[in-house]
Amino acid sequence: MTREELPNLAESKLTALVVDDNFVNQSIHQKLLARLGITNEVVCNGKEAVDAHCSGRNYDLILMDMDMPIMNGIQATKRLREMGIESKIAGVTTRANEGEKKEFMEAGLNDFQEKPLTISKLLSILHKFDFYVQT
Amino acid sequence: MQRQVALIKQSLFDQGYLDEQFMELEELQDDANPNFVEEVSALYFKDSARLINNIDQALERGSFDFNRLDSYMHQFKGSSTSIGASKVKAECTKFREYCRAGNAEGCLRTFHQLKKEHSTLRKKLEHYFQLARQAGPKETARRPK
Repeated sequence: MTREELPNLAESKLTALVVDDNFVNQSIHQKLLARLGITNEVVCNGKEAVDAHCSGRNYDLILMDMDMPIMNGIQATKRLREMGIESKIAGVTTRANEGEKKEFMEAGLNDFQEKPLTISKLLSILHKFDFYVQT
Repeated sequence: MQRQVALIKQSLFDQGYLDEQFMELEELQDDANPNFVEEVSALYFKDSARLINNIDQALERGSFDFNRLDSYMHQFKGSSTSIGASKVKAECTKFREYCRAGNAEGCLRTFHQLKKEHSTLRKKLEHYFQLARQAGPKETARRPK
């Protein structure tokens, strides 16, 4: 897909939360979302993601890293689901062996993608969640 | 000059320093962020310098905490993968294998090579970005299939 063919989802007014402790990944994931017109915020670990929701913020999509200090992605996903958060959560991690993936999915993910995240993978996530319909 | 910039970038791919992920990042550049890749690269080198320092200190202490070293290297590999730093990523993978095997000598040897690759990539990218800025807005070069 060329740059010119990228969908602009700004009209959908989607919001996203990037949960990742790595500054490089934060920057890239935010840029990916912004290129598709998705407003987004970033936090550095699972606890900050939970705190954001406790303070009343809510998001259509959460991109959740697995390995983070203080509270990892598995713990944060479980906690968010316990809180009744129904946002779509996509796990994004370099850990891809079946056991780790299964554990992460069972925590409450809606989807899982292996890093590095790309436009194609992000569109696949959005398509799976019916946020984006390819024409 | 744009041709020179394109040739330099092509050589980075041909010599295995960069992989397709770098191209993915370039595709994200737009008028709002025309220097996005350079900014992300700067972030990467700043972050990875910190990790290198942490690992250096851990190795200098002499006691090999392989779990801690593996944890540092997991982060390093993650960042390297995200910007397409192919050779650095490969050395990260080797280092982690040596950690899992409890092979201290292998870790030291690989870490030495990793620092070399990291330093080489840094210099090459700095040169590339400097020329790219001088050349002005560039079109994205395509890798030959």
